[in-house]
Amino acid sequence: MKQNKEPLILAIVVFFTIVTYYLVEPFAHSQMHKHVESEGFEYKDLPELTKKGDATRGKDLVMGAGGCTGCHAITKAGMPAPMDAVTAAASYGVNPPDLSNAGSVYSAKFLASLIKNPAHALMVEHKFDASKGQMHPMVPFYGAGGDMDQEVADMVAYLESIAPKGEELTPAMAYETACGRCHANHYEKWTQIGTKPTFKKKQDGLAFDTKVLDYQDSLKAYMGKLPPDLSIYIRSRGEHYIKTFVENPQNYLKGTAMPRVGVNAEAADKVIEYLEDSGDTKRHEREAVGMNVMIYIIIFAIFAILWKKQVWRDLH
Amino acid sequence: MAHFTKATSVKDWFDQRLAIDKVEKVMMSEYWIPKNINFLWAMGMVLVVTFTLLLVSGIFLLMYYQPNVATAFDSVNYTIMREVDFGWLWRHVHGVAASVVFLIIYIHMFTGIYYGSYKKGREMIWISGMLLFVAFSAEAFSGYMLPWGQMSYWAGMVITNLFAGGSLHADGLVEWIRGDYVPAQAFLNRFFMLHVLLIPLAIMGLIGLHFAALRIPHVNNQDGEEIDFDAESKKYLAGDKAGSKVMRFANDFMAKDMMVVGIYLIFFFYLVFFHYDFAMDPVNFDPADGLKTPAHIYPEWYFLWSYEILRPFSTNIGLIAFAFAQVIFVLLPFLDRSPNTTPASRRGLFKIWFWAMLVDMIVLTAMGKLPPEGIFSTIGLVAALTFIGLWIVLPFITKMEKKA
Repeated sequence: MKQNKEPLILAIVVFFTIVTYYLVEPFAHSQMHKHVESEGFEYKDLPELTKKGDATRGKDLVMGAGGCTGCHAITKAGMPAPMDAVTAAASYGVNPPDLSNAGSVYSAKFLASLIKNPAHALMVEHKFDASKGQMHPMVPFYGAGGDMDQEVADMVAYLESIAPKGEELTPAMAYETACGRCHANHYEKWTQIGTKPTFKKKQDGLAFDTKVLDYQDSLKAYMGKLPPDLSIYIRSRGEHYIKTFVENPQNYLKGTAMPRVGVNAEAADKVIEYLEDSGDTKRHEREAVGMNVMIYIIIFAIFAILWKKQVWRDLH
Repeated sequence: MAHFTKATSVKDWFDQRLAIDKVEKVMMSEYWIPKNINFLWAMGMVLVVTFTLLLVSGIFLLMYYQPNVATAFDSVNYTIMREVDFGWLWRHVHGVAASVVFLIIYIHMFTGIYYGSYKKGREMIWISGMLLFVAFSAEAFSGYMLPWGQMSYWAGMVITNLFAGGSLHADGLVEWIRGDYVPAQAFLNRFFMLHVLLIPLAIMGLIGLHFAALRIPHVNNQDGEEIDFDAESKKYLAGDKAGSKVMRFANDFMAKDMMVVGIYLIFFFYLVFFHYDFAMDPVNFDPADGLKTPAHIYPEWYFLWSYEILRPFSTNIGLIAFAFAQVIFVLLPFLDRSPNTTPASRRGLFKIWFWAMLVDMIVLTAMGKLPPEGIFSTIGLVAALTFIGLWIVLPFITKMEKKA
């Protein structure tokens, strides 16, 4: 009987297939796309918080001398937004965030830096250069007469004290606070001014859409273009890109108007989960069905091999 | 008028009218296949299975897909992926099968080239196979337009632009193909029609031709040996199954086909569930935007080698080289001047030609995806010239080949 060449032939086919795959996928993508390592949302360029904050004093500052509530809602503490989202966007370019969840979405050191110098913390100094009179719409906190670092630490402590803890912060809350005022997600019915409700009357739906369009016009003027809808960004960009982009947008797009968002690592995971829910909704089903199909097909292959052996027994 | 008798059974009733016994013999049990073959001979069945998966998954997708530039993208990514039960499964099966089918086609093609299965009466098998390759390429391209993502749009733009013919400036032809100045509603509609009707019909017709072309010359074997199928099949039917050089298509060869199909499906479904990204380019998950060109535009992997033959040259020369690459494989049976139907390993210079062609096409494939800069451009140019050069020398080196 002749030597069986099939294992050698199979090895050759597999070898050339893998080489081709390697060249057109991992290798080509490594050449086409810049690789950025995550810093783990540490924001190493920003100074550490040196003072221990006191939430009670912080509350007085946030509600009073700090001036936060002049622009920001804190619904959790009973402070409504001074104006509606569309009017706020017309005034500031984008609706200032409700601070109810800020303490658990943003990194504490980022918040402290932001309060003192928004354009610097947000990494948009190329767009807002105070020396040229280009002021960031958020006014920096210049101190309330005491130790400024202590005052900032107090305000951060207050925001953390009212923020939802751990699992209380849902993926949707993280997305809405961190991304949702600029980025719609129409697969989740999210618009820049909130979740689009189901209206009984068509007029009400159209009125809502008009508000969204008005808001988007202000946003376009502020950002230079309408920030993209993120419905399936998890498929078009992937988790690694989204995380490293959010951590520092300038890494990929030098000069982009997108600010550094300043989320902490836990909130970043929540944002990713939200994006997976909107853009890769059936992932759990896919994995479960996948395992069952693999088991079925392996059993099928075993029977096919046994059948072949039986049929071919007489042929040799 | 044939004479019909009262049927003795349901089978007999059908047999009198449809000759099912005869058909079964012709198609299955007395369709003789040489025994001296390896698993590469099962690629035909693997292709049939993959095409069936494409057809079935395509039918399910067709129930929800909307060929409209305003709704196409969301009908795929929202309706099918989120709303429809198991819509994601049909889409991933369809997308992965569309990519894997080309891997199998290439293996099938190179098997044919290696064993000389396009010679001595088997020319029509090769030619119908290459026509199938063209039809599958058109099917893949038209299907790629349908999700109306960024790559759909820009690939549609680039490929239809080729029909301007460089300096010929046949812009009118390009507009006629698109039905508009840019890819838009008319373009999407006609590619939808091509993808779901005209090209599948052509493919099914060509599959029929491909199978028919196989009947008279029979399947080749590992040594290119000429087998007396009548004598060998008599031997088999007389009971000398082990001594005969042939076997039944069913169940003998079918059993091996199914074994290979079983192992192939493990690989296939692993890709469908756990490694589908290679077949579904991330860029195409951004909706089509005529005002935003992607940083890198490249075709799916199976078109990269011919794309790279187009790319390193100036427009006109590139188009000529590209046209050359598209048709030259069809002419293989006539460019190979050697009378030998033996594996490439026993054919002297042709052995070198075979491996050089295979490696060159892989190099072209890799360079076709990489950005055309620096060393990659140079390698691409050399590989494209090598491809053309290999085809030019083929008639000469095969002419010199000694009769085995």
